[in-house]
Amino acid sequence: MSGLVLTGVRPLGGDPVDIVMAGDRIVDIVGAGQGSGNGAGSQVLDGTGLVALPGLVDLHTHLREPGREDAETVATGARAAALGGFTAVFAMANTDPVADTAGVVEQVWRLGRESGLVDVHPVGAVTVGLAGSHLAELGAMATSAAQVRVFSDDGKCVWDAALMRRALEYVKAFDGVIAQHAQEPRLTEGAQMNEGVLSGVLGLTGWPAVAEESIIARDVLLAHHVGSRLHVCHVSTAGSVDIIRWAKARGIDVTAEVTPHHLLLTEELVRSYDPVYKVNPPLRRAEDVEALREGLADGTIDIVATDHAPHAHEDKDCEWGAASFGMLGLQTALSVVIDTMVNSGRMDWAAVADRMSVAPARIGRATRHGGSLQGGSIANITLVDPTQMWTVQPTELASKSRNTPYAGMQLPGRVVHVVKDGRPTVIDGAVVLDSAVAGSRS
Amino acid sequence: MRHLLSAADLDAKEAMRVLDTAAELATLTDRSVKKLPTLRGRTVVNLFFEDSTRTRISFEIAAKRLSADVINFAAKGSSVSKGESLKDTALTLEAMGADAVVIRHPASGAPHRLANAGWIHGSVVNAGDGTHEHPTQALLDAYTLRERLRQGSGDLDGLRVTIVGDVLHSRVARSNVLLLSTLGADVTLVAPPTLLPTGVETWPCTFTYDIDSVLPTSDAVMMLRVQGERMQAAYFPSAREYSRRYGLDRERMGRLPEHAIVMHPGPMNRGMEISADVADDDRSVMVDQVTNGVSVRMAVLYLMLGGSTEGAA
Repeated sequence: MSGLVLTGVRPLGGDPVDIVMAGDRIVDIVGAGQGSGNGAGSQVLDGTGLVALPGLVDLHTHLREPGREDAETVATGARAAALGGFTAVFAMANTDPVADTAGVVEQVWRLGRESGLVDVHPVGAVTVGLAGSHLAELGAMATSAAQVRVFSDDGKCVWDAALMRRALEYVKAFDGVIAQHAQEPRLTEGAQMNEGVLSGVLGLTGWPAVAEESIIARDVLLAHHVGSRLHVCHVSTAGSVDIIRWAKARGIDVTAEVTPHHLLLTEELVRSYDPVYKVNPPLRRAEDVEALREGLADGTIDIVATDHAPHAHEDKDCEWGAASFGMLGLQTALSVVIDTMVNSGRMDWAAVADRMSVAPARIGRATRHGGSLQGGSIANITLVDPTQMWTVQPTELASKSRNTPYAGMQLPGRVVHVVKDGRPTVIDGAVVLDSAVAGSRS
Repeated sequence: MRHLLSAADLDAKEAMRVLDTAAELATLTDRSVKKLPTLRGRTVVNLFFEDSTRTRISFEIAAKRLSADVINFAAKGSSVSKGESLKDTALTLEAMGADAVVIRHPASGAPHRLANAGWIHGSVVNAGDGTHEHPTQALLDAYTLRERLRQGSGDLDGLRVTIVGDVLHSRVARSNVLLLSTLGADVTLVAPPTLLPTGVETWPCTFTYDIDSVLPTSDAVMMLRVQGERMQAAYFPSAREYSRRYGLDRERMGRLPEHAIVMHPGPMNRGMEISADVADDDRSVMVDQVTNGVSVRMAVLYLMLGGSTEGAA
């Protein structure tokens, strides 16, 4: 049985310990300096001073395969994820073909297995072809090898209230959840940026907050009515936070996510007309950013999810109106959370572990992830040096695409080592290729 | 002046410099040989992704009167419609040595991208981008206001200008609010609430939904083109209702002070925002606006390219 010891690490920022692993499990947590003698032949990784978190889980990733392998593949996305500290990602369904059948979700699931770096959990489409008219075969995806539990038409809103109601009801049979992209389509026709003073000045069609908030309000009431659980993707407005807070106070089973970019960036960046800042939902006002941070800190917003959205260069190297929506996020997510939430004193490391690992794993029913850092748990661990600053260089990111909004920015927090199922996937900030089950495909 | 992307790029001093230069250059028009050698050897490209014969011709004449070589590049479609991308078009123009690119584009911000994405080194003049801005239209309007109401000199301090119509989708309105307020005018926007942009209360102007309340105190009224298809998107119920509530007909024109002028950026929808008899009335200055357009565009190109030997190369 292969062994691994992490020495001198600080679980959730606490006192230094050694974490001793065997097989895919943590077997013991011992005082710092006492673990390296355990089990002769064990691999030892020096983690002195590093903060240990349960392996991060991203409930919202676009891996683009099948269909847009020029922008990202499961293999390149998995590398980016591992380097960002993730041990599991949920791959959104808006591929080409759409992940609306057991066949497609199993393909994505298999590609993830081949990468070996992260567990790729495919998200199934709610409706056939994301077209919003007929339910996809949700049950077939749930019982497939991919064991889909999260269903989403992300990129498009399940706009039809009756269809949304049926979807919420139907997935109860296999403990699924509908992850809604809340965007009232008629209120956002041709929308290019947040609707407000700035959109009026820039002459860009507005994406009003009410288009998000009205769908969330409807959906929490629907979820309440049918007794289902609902997950709200990429909440971006202060009003949405208020509605979700209200719903939770009423006992409605709703969870919500916020992206790192909505925690850090504001619509002011759109003044440049640089499409790297074009994203859906759009960057909002500073007041919204503040409300999102507050909501994440107080638990109204349950998780951080990246909405990692790689795009081919030509889809961003153009005028604003012609550009695609989306930003890279996997390799910068933890740093942005440290910058906005930890260094500001709003969240401690236990809260980071909850919002980026425990809660997303629970929502997505990723039972091998989001465990506690204790003996007996599955050994998925991320080690981060929270003090180290780094400068984001688009060309140095592992993604096939370059559309990061943080280019040139200095961010805190470097992911040093990552362990998945008891084996290192990242050592000293570099991917360990031989950890792949079937070899790296990249 | 390196680029002219927005009317906000011009402070009062720079705007006055353009208008004064335009006034000097306008005297050329009265000569038999309407040409200066100033931009000889410089290349100006008119890059039009939207049909706009009048604006394109205005820029073309302006550049030719300054002896520049003028290339008209009518790009069919944009990258949206799977034509050649803005970037590739820009690289082509750069390779051909364009000193200035005058761009008309359906996407707001396209001139900003052209100027700032590193694709070209030449100067960029925004000749209308989406629903954003049209700064040379504002300059020619300011010139016309000054010529008609201020004897052709000074700024527009205290001048009351009313702009009526589809402000939401109007690049002419945006540029005029910025430039005219910079020059001291008091601008009032008039539109149904559906056709005023979010945040208009923060603009350097006032606004009202009632045209009749502001006509008696207007020195000039500028009627914006309203596209009939806007009613498909429920901005207003019908063309007739729009015309009744916001159109300028003879009766309404009668509420203007004697000295007030009527402006329109063209092309006009006769019978929609402006009645035919108002359009043809002596108080309407649309023909002057067109003439002045050539002068201010000459001034912009002159100040942009003629200022130094290095220019914008």
